[in-house]
Amino acid sequence: MTRLVLFLPLIGFLVMAVYFGLGLREDPSEIPSQLIERELPAFDLPPIEGFETGLASTDLVGQVSLLNVFGSWCPPCAVEHPMLMQIARSGVVPIYGIDWKDPPGAGSAWLERHGNPYQRVGDDAAGRTAIDLGITGAPETFIIDHTGRVRYRHVGVITDEIWTGTLRPLVEHLQAEARP
Amino acid sequence: MKTLLSALAGLMLAVSLAWASPGPDEQMEDPALEARALALYAQLRCVVCQSQSIRDSNAPLAEDMRGVVRERLLAGDSDAEALDYLQERYGDYVLMMPPLQGNTIGLFLIPALVFLGGAAGLAAFVWHQSRRSRELEDEDDVARAQALDEEEGLS
Repeated sequence: MTRLVLFLPLIGFLVMAVYFGLGLREDPSEIPSQLIERELPAFDLPPIEGFETGLASTDLVGQVSLLNVFGSWCPPCAVEHPMLMQIARSGVVPIYGIDWKDPPGAGSAWLERHGNPYQRVGDDAAGRTAIDLGITGAPETFIIDHTGRVRYRHVGVITDEIWTGTLRPLVEHLQAEARP
Repeated sequence: MKTLLSALAGLMLAVSLAWASPGPDEQMEDPALEARALALYAQLRCVVCQSQSIRDSNAPLAEDMRGVVRERLLAGDSDAEALDYLQERYGDYVLMMPPLQGNTIGLFLIPALVFLGGAAGLAAFVWHQSRRSRELEDEDDVARAQALDEEEGLS
């Protein structure tokens, strides 16, 4: 019995080592979204310079869509952009954009230079809609179902792997769900 | 050398003042509201730079979050309502002090349990040792008494 007690510190150490070891595998910078399974918060954003239409939350009701938060000031967004162009060309799912905290004209100049994958873009110069969405950094992408509910959020760049492995299957699943 | 050092110190001071947050243009007119706002900033986590409160952070998002706090206070929110507003959007993570609830109870209980366990272990050890040394003393006494008895030819 007393011999077993001597092993307690070692057992305690092993338990903690496993627990903390598992903790290391998680990304601490990823804050879970509060919007999952909830309706997209209402917003009605003006168009960016040179565009006719802005973006309202009601625009996203009726079909499965991606909502991508970007900024011309954001280097990872430049990395992500070709992937968004590719998704837009594939026609699998419409992409809507929120131009987050860009100075006037910067967003449209960016889209002119790199191409425009978005159906509509809203200008969130003040960043209030981003806070309503719980954005922690650009780029972030939401998958919205046909009823306007948020079903998934991806933080960071959409890579080819994430698109084919995670986002695309979910989009197709939700599209199948939307069909009567 | 001295002038170089003081120049460097001056430069650092200027830089730190320039970086100080919240910025001067964020002051609220009402000093009572400003005091409440500053206290609230310190309780809210910057979601970009997560070990800092929005009071200490210069991230643009932290600036926006401070703006939200001021808006809520101007709209007549209580401190709790202003915190709720951001908590609803960012979750418990946005609070510097985690709320006491089911999934966080370990944070509060484990240190207390470890402390109590250590204290109990130490108490048990000390008690055991003192009892053992008393027993040993007793044994010694018996042995010595026997030796004396033998010496005097009593047994």
